[in-house]
Amino acid sequence: MSFLEYQLKTVPTGLRKVLYLNWPLVVLVCAVSAVGFLILYSIAGGNLSVWAEPQMKRFAAGLLIMFAIALVPIWFWRNMAGLAYGVSILLLLAVEFFGVVGMGAQRWLDIGPLRLQPSELAKVTMVMMLAAYYDWLDLKKTSHPLWVLIPVLMIVLPTFLVVIQPNLGTSLMLLMGGAAVMFAAGVSIWYFVAVGALVVGAVFAVFTTRGTPWQFLHDYQYRRIDTFLDPSADPLGAGYNIMQAKIALGSGGWGGKGFMQGTQSRLNFLPEKHTDFIFTTLGEEFGFVGAFSLLLLYGLILFFCFTSALQNKDRFSQLLIIGLAANFFFYLAVNLSMVMGMAPVVGVPLPFLSYGGSVMLVLLVAFGLIQSAHVHRPR
Amino acid sequence: MRRTARETEESARRVNRRSLLMGGAMVAMFAVLGARMRYLSVEQADEFRLLAEENRINMRLIPPERGLIFDRNGKLIAGNEQNYRVTITREDAGDVEAVLARLTRLIPVTAEEMERILRDIDRNSPFVPIVVADRLPWEDFSKVAMNAPTLPGVTPEVGLSRHYPLVEDFSHVVGYVGPVSEKDLEERPNPDPVLRIPEFQIGKIGVERWMEETLRGSAGNKRIEVNHVGRVMRELERTDGTPGQDIQLTLDADVQNFVQARLGEESASCVVMDVNTGELIACASSPGFDPNLFVRGISQRDYSALMEDDHRPLANKTVQGAYPPGSTFKMVTALAALEAGLITPDTTHYCPGHIEFGDRRFHCWKRGGHGTVNLASSLAESCDVYYYEIAQQVGIDKIAEMGKRLGLGIRHDLPMSAITEGIMPNRAWKQERWGQDWRIGDTINASIGQGYVLASPLQLAVMTARIATGRAISPRILRAIGGQPVDMPQAEPLGLDPAGLRAIRDGMFEVMNTQAGTAFSSRIADETMVFAGKTGTSQVRNITAAERARGVVSNDDLPWNRRDHALYVGYAPFDNPRYAVSVVVEHGGGGSAVAAPVARDAILRVLHGDIPPLTAYPANQRGRIETDLNALRDRLRNTGPTGNSRA
Repeated sequence: MSFLEYQLKTVPTGLRKVLYLNWPLVVLVCAVSAVGFLILYSIAGGNLSVWAEPQMKRFAAGLLIMFAIALVPIWFWRNMAGLAYGVSILLLLAVEFFGVVGMGAQRWLDIGPLRLQPSELAKVTMVMMLAAYYDWLDLKKTSHPLWVLIPVLMIVLPTFLVVIQPNLGTSLMLLMGGAAVMFAAGVSIWYFVAVGALVVGAVFAVFTTRGTPWQFLHDYQYRRIDTFLDPSADPLGAGYNIMQAKIALGSGGWGGKGFMQGTQSRLNFLPEKHTDFIFTTLGEEFGFVGAFSLLLLYGLILFFCFTSALQNKDRFSQLLIIGLAANFFFYLAVNLSMVMGMAPVVGVPLPFLSYGGSVMLVLLVAFGLIQSAHVHRPR
Repeated sequence: MRRTARETEESARRVNRRSLLMGGAMVAMFAVLGARMRYLSVEQADEFRLLAEENRINMRLIPPERGLIFDRNGKLIAGNEQNYRVTITREDAGDVEAVLARLTRLIPVTAEEMERILRDIDRNSPFVPIVVADRLPWEDFSKVAMNAPTLPGVTPEVGLSRHYPLVEDFSHVVGYVGPVSEKDLEERPNPDPVLRIPEFQIGKIGVERWMEETLRGSAGNKRIEVNHVGRVMRELERTDGTPGQDIQLTLDADVQNFVQARLGEESASCVVMDVNTGELIACASSPGFDPNLFVRGISQRDYSALMEDDHRPLANKTVQGAYPPGSTFKMVTALAALEAGLITPDTTHYCPGHIEFGDRRFHCWKRGGHGTVNLASSLAESCDVYYYEIAQQVGIDKIAEMGKRLGLGIRHDLPMSAITEGIMPNRAWKQERWGQDWRIGDTINASIGQGYVLASPLQLAVMTARIATGRAISPRILRAIGGQPVDMPQAEPLGLDPAGLRAIRDGMFEVMNTQAGTAFSSRIADETMVFAGKTGTSQVRNITAAERARGVVSNDDLPWNRRDHALYVGYAPFDNPRYAVSVVVEHGGGGSAVAAPVARDAILRVLHGDIPPLTAYPANQRGRIETDLNALRDRLRNTGPTGNSRA
């Protein structure tokens, strides 16, 4: 594979590339992040330095990285796909042995000042790997069982390493992200139907083995599912998070209680209010209008991703954009379902809003790749 | 892989088709999320808003300051004393054990208490202050306050707690406060939420209990915002409560103290009452107890000692003691006969020492008999036979009716605990109570206040006041509430024949002021304070015919609880009655020897407004009385100047 297949003449060069960035997307990403800073500022009780400032610094650094990635030709990144994937797998293995235990799970590596979650990185590198694979694969072989098995293994390997951390949320995200690329690449719909049927069977198995020595999930994961099914049964125990999140969202009403007026978050009734449950504060302080506006911003981001993908004729670029956009969508869909009490509590952050370094960084890397694909698209 | 243009087109076409499918699915998901958001924050908003408010807002009650209780001269009977205590807050203390160790060098803390403190600290959130020591003396408290810089997290606090400076003098009338029990809450259909404040105290007996609502006032409250662990973040709103109202009693603390001391160690009681207003001036029951013990939480040992004492210090004998009134009841029988027109003051009967009725013989206290007696001499010498005779003519129902008119057998409503109704028996009563017919023998017994008749010292004082004034005087103990005088309706006339009343009063005069009178030795020499009254000695046992034949065993030879009760009722001055007095000394022996002198000292004390001068006493008794009064003076409380006046 070489860059020759791209029609170089039409690709902008040098700093002129900057003009060809997908600027609406850049603006939208900044806008959503700004909403995040605002809420982090509010949750800290009007204190910038607690969460908002570190988050802004990370965002600024991430934005530079995003631009840097965007200016590097997409074919370079395609050629790097295998390496990136391999490094991610090594990091996932490393986290297994040297990782820091937090909340009963090994999830991050401390590398100097950087606290890295390799599982977040894997989401991006796996999509790159799959896109590159399908770019390489003969179109006719796309649905051939053997050539389907290979990408499935590519997905299963990092997923397995994440699930034993254990991190159920991220492993599900990896599965869905991988599936999205395979779906976009044109793998026969029947494979997905079959897997769907298998999942239903597996869920059945998970629940029937509960309480036996060979149960599939940890006790706390089972409890989270129980809690999700009936949060009000134990409002002070495991259901507390969901109940309080719903109270915060619901009490916001149409227009919200006003900036910095959210009693639920200010008085600490909200769990994880600056990370996974940050949306509840938005809902409490800015109401339905605020929450819906955020949804709209997310929708626009996805819209610009999809239109960019549709404009692109390069198979790797298309699949990469779709895969990363789908990942982005899964983040927010799972997180919002969770805080609104429609899904069990799994640790999935809200993209660009939740406080956290790795996620912010990885998201901006992903958007850098999307921008690179956009800038260097064949014209 | 290098692709042909056609292949590239095909790839893009496929990817685009699948992308649109995915995009469609995402739009659907967005719709679901939006709908859910709308459901939560628009449709269910009210419910969740309520839940959010419930989360954050707590009501805290501010306990009201309890009203004070004063005597009629403004002397403090029940007050609120500053209570010094020390608390520790874990989160401010840092190293709790080290701070407590330093603290115990300043104030004594028992090992038991220490265990409780550590347990409480462990159980509560770190910001909750835990009481280390309560009711500290000022010296210890100030030591802690001075060392505050070296004791992080330790707070010296000042609270209020009930205090009874006159100790046992008003233990029965005023009672005491104590912690709210489960029973207290159950008794009230809709208990004031302030009762649920830990450490809040309410009246348990006496005025403290019966005037509880007045004294308590109403709690203020503050709405406070709390966070998820209950820490108070800020006060949103504060409504101050109203402190309880002060109560002024009709009692005179100095007279009460004098009477209490005069009763001494006897199991006895004395009521002094203003005959014109019904105001109780003294209402003393002996022995008393220290109500402050109950406020602090009485120890099991102290409590057992009070319970096991055969002189029953916890009982308020003035209102709850029901005694056979004995000869003090004779005025009732006589008035019933006079009112029925069956006798005149000049009616005489012959007393041979006993009468025969059927196969029973009813004795007069004087074995040889009194000979011929009229109404006045029958009272003066307390001839029983005279009353046996007239009672048979009047019948029990008329006697009982007169008893009730004079205030016996009815409950006088006062804010005190366990007020007895006594018993004023008649035919219907016996039928109902015992299922038996009334017999003449019952009437004969009742005529001299024995048998079924029971009366409390309060009732006897009311009876005396009614005889002295001819009006339906009712006892009262409340003089003012919250500075407003309690209105005092003029007592209605009883509607008794004045001539008959005068005859009774003359008889009571003769009891005290004629040589033959049973209480002649307790007369008052001061002519402006002439004393009239009636003695009574009531048996608490049957004297068998055999014992009578051998000679009745004298009280001194009987065990204490088999001896006769000594009673006395009287009023003074005779020509212009001001005060009535009743005295009951349980198992004291004879009324004239034991009860009448107490009554005389009490009434002289109130008439003089101070310890009576010797000139008030008959000349031949002054030597002895001087010694007695001096001994008594040493037992009196030096209550200091009056006028702690908030009343």
